[in-house]
Amino acid sequence: MIGLSHYLIVSAIIFSIGLVGVLRRRNLLMLFFATEVMLNAVNIAFAAISHYYNDLTGQMFAFFIVAIAASEVAVGLGLLIVLYKKYGSLDLDDLASMKG
Amino acid sequence: MYEAIAFYLFSVLTIGLFLVTVMSKNVLYAMTSLASGMVLISGFFFILGADFLGVVQLIVYVGAVMALYSFAMMFFDATRDIKEKNTNTALVFLLGGLSALVLVLMFAAPIHSEAIQALYPMHEGVGNAQDVGIVLFTKYLVPFEVAAVMLLVAMIAGIILAGKKMDDSLTEDLSADDEIMTQKDEK
Amino acid sequence: MMENLVYIALFAPFVSSMFAALFGMSPRQTFVGVVASLLLFTSFLASATLAYHIMTTGETIHVTMMEWISAGDLFIPFGFIVDQISVTMMVVVTLVSTVVHIYSNGYMDHDKSFNRFFSYLSAFVFSMMILVMSDNFAGLFIGWEGVGVCSWLLIGFWYHKPDQSREDNPSISPSWAANEAFIVNRIADLGMLVGIFILYWNTGSLQYEEVFKALPGLDSTILVGAAIFLFIGAMGKSAQFPLHTWLTDAMEGPTPVSALIHAATMVTAGVFLVIRVNPLFGMDEVAGVSMFIASLGTFVAFYAASMALVERDLKRIIAYSTLSQLGYMFAAAGLGAYWIALFHLAAHAFFKALLFLGGGNVMHAMHDELDIFKMGGLKKVMRGTWIYMGIASVALAGLPVFAGFYSKDAIIETAFNEGTYIIWFMLVLTAGMTAFYSFRQVFLSFHGEERYKALGFHPHEMYKYVLVAMSPLAILAISAGWYMEEYKEFIYGLIPAYEMSHHTHHIAWLLGTLVVIVALSGIALAYFKYARKGANAFKQDKEKEKSFVYKLLKNQYYVPIAYEMFITKPYAMISEHLWKDIDMKIVDASVDGIANFLYRSGDSARKMQTGNLSNYLNWMAIGSVLLLVIAAISAMLG
Repeated sequence: MIGLSHYLIVSAIIFSIGLVGVLRRRNLLMLFFATEVMLNAVNIAFAAISHYYNDLTGQMFAFFIVAIAASEVAVGLGLLIVLYKKYGSLDLDDLASMKG
Repeated sequence: MYEAIAFYLFSVLTIGLFLVTVMSKNVLYAMTSLASGMVLISGFFFILGADFLGVVQLIVYVGAVMALYSFAMMFFDATRDIKEKNTNTALVFLLGGLSALVLVLMFAAPIHSEAIQALYPMHEGVGNAQDVGIVLFTKYLVPFEVAAVMLLVAMIAGIILAGKKMDDSLTEDLSADDEIMTQKDEK
Repeated sequence: MMENLVYIALFAPFVSSMFAALFGMSPRQTFVGVVASLLLFTSFLASATLAYHIMTTGETIHVTMMEWISAGDLFIPFGFIVDQISVTMMVVVTLVSTVVHIYSNGYMDHDKSFNRFFSYLSAFVFSMMILVMSDNFAGLFIGWEGVGVCSWLLIGFWYHKPDQSREDNPSISPSWAANEAFIVNRIADLGMLVGIFILYWNTGSLQYEEVFKALPGLDSTILVGAAIFLFIGAMGKSAQFPLHTWLTDAMEGPTPVSALIHAATMVTAGVFLVIRVNPLFGMDEVAGVSMFIASLGTFVAFYAASMALVERDLKRIIAYSTLSQLGYMFAAAGLGAYWIALFHLAAHAFFKALLFLGGGNVMHAMHDELDIFKMGGLKKVMRGTWIYMGIASVALAGLPVFAGFYSKDAIIETAFNEGTYIIWFMLVLTAGMTAFYSFRQVFLSFHGEERYKALGFHPHEMYKYVLVAMSPLAILAISAGWYMEEYKEFIYGLIPAYEMSHHTHHIAWLLGTLVVIVALSGIALAYFKYARKGANAFKQDKEKEKSFVYKLLKNQYYVPIAYEMFITKPYAMISEHLWKDIDMKIVDASVDGIANFLYRSGDSARKMQTGNLSNYLNWMAIGSVLLLVIAAISAMLG
């Protein structure tokens, strides 16, 4: 009934939503949210493939992605705090100091 | 049958919630919808029989990561809307739409492959957690340990980065304190 | 032992040139000239020893110095051959060069580029030696080009002299004349290269021996083609019509240069080539080409002599006479009498060099004034030079006992022998003209009224040692002809024999007497016109100078002007057009366009770096979506 394609399509749609968010958002924190969305979409895909091929490899991969995402959030938010202390704003346009 | 209903329900809800995350101007709404979306994704995992992964998703993502984001929300006034400069909306939606289209088309085509061999096949009768545990601690031991080290490093990094001048508040107005202090000195 | 002599003969001039070049930028040093002359004398001794050896033993000496090119089927060594032909040339070249080097010590003593002159002069001798001693066409060509370059360097020796208009100076300037000589030679060299290519392509080798062996087996068109093209090369070097204009303009160079290069050595390289390649030119298939060579030679002989009749410039008269005698040599070679051509080459070298050096003495005495109308009666002040030039002119005119009689007479006899009576008549007529103009020059310079006194000149004789150095040439100019029979025996070892038929033998004395009478009448005419004093003394006839024939001859039949109008100017215009319109507008524009394009594209790409993270994310997304699309399309197509 529900085949692998269904899950993959869902994953693709969520991934595109995340992509739109990454491109749209100007606030750093909101940017991180969108990145989380993309990572989760990928996790769905891995789990789905693992289920339909009876292979544990997909789940292992998703597991490690979760771990990595968690640490990424930790470090990213730390950097965010430092940036805020320095520039006083989290807007990307204020943070650009190159003249182009 | 149940699986179909659950799948469609979850997928519609997830897509809707993530849309809110991406489009909303309010930080609180965005974060809340992100957390809810993650819960629903763990629901996906349970449908797919990846029990252990689903629980991990709940604990790590919904529990830890969202908690971290909540602390980050301290920087904002939750009642106000975030003002963002107008981006090139046409380009953004074009890119997003195009990537969605291409990926969907790619995935909609039936995937034929008899040659794919399962590298670590699932065992019948054994629970998923047990299965994952066996593979994780035998074949994936080294990545597991490395991931642990990485988490440790991330934790330390987080502490150091955010730990400087911790006694200073970032949002309070400090000038009033200085006035009181100088007034006290004058007295 | 013999090998060492070959190397000494060849490289002594080279050492001399390098030695003098060390002092090229320094002011005049006497020892440079002395060392150069000594080294040249060594080369002469080596050549003479080799000549004696060959004369007594009759063997040829082959020397291969080293391999030069060995690529696939092409094998060209640096090889040298000393046989009867080359040793004749070697002796002539080194002897005249030695005398000229010693002469230059005295002639160039006031010149500030004294050292440079000796370097160039010795370099020339070295190139000429390579030319005559090489045993393959490639070495010949190297020497050929080398003498061309050295000739350019030497003609343009006083390169700082500015250009003058054609009325003031028909040769415009030394650097112009040098360029003309080089360019005209270059045109001819193209022909020579094509000839060499034809020979190589069909015989597979550039060595003389192998080429000559393979010649009988070749197709007649190829043989004729090769002969024509090689002769074109000879035409350039030996200044045959129409590539003759450079020779008279080459008189812009110092007189020793004219004596060495444009009398005795370089201009004879063309004749040498024809003689060297006589197996080709002597073949029946090539008979048409050889007859053409002879006819052209005769024409040039007459043509040059006609222009010398009215010339006023001392060196140009002698230059015309060189041109004329070269025509004689080609006539002989074209008619098949190669050894006679070679013999005349040697004899002519001696008395022509003597003539030039004597003229140099006169020029030196008259402070570089060359107009013979301004001289006269110099024999009182310059006895030695008068005697030398007299001897040389007698030899040139072909009077008995002196060298010219034997060699020129042999050529005229050959023309009669072959049955080519037109050629014979023209050569006899030219002999008369030769006698007339050479003695016209002698009488106008040395006899008659002393016109120079009114113009304020104070001539004096050249240094004693220079006069002594010129004596070997004078001796040879007198005596060289006596050894014609011995020379014939010597050269028959290599060159095909050419004997006069019985019929000619019987009337040989008649023919000879006829020529002598013609010559003597020419001398007598010149004497009556130019050598007398007092009431019958020579006066310039302005009326005659306006006549058409006179003007035609004076302006060299308007040939140089025609070249300038129809060849040089259009060529310069085409070059300028090509430069401005094609090179600058198309080639440069495209190169600049590429650079411009790169610059502008870099400029616009710079705008990608804004520092804005969102912007970068945009670019990333564009890139990855593009890759996705490409992957999808290629997956679909494949």
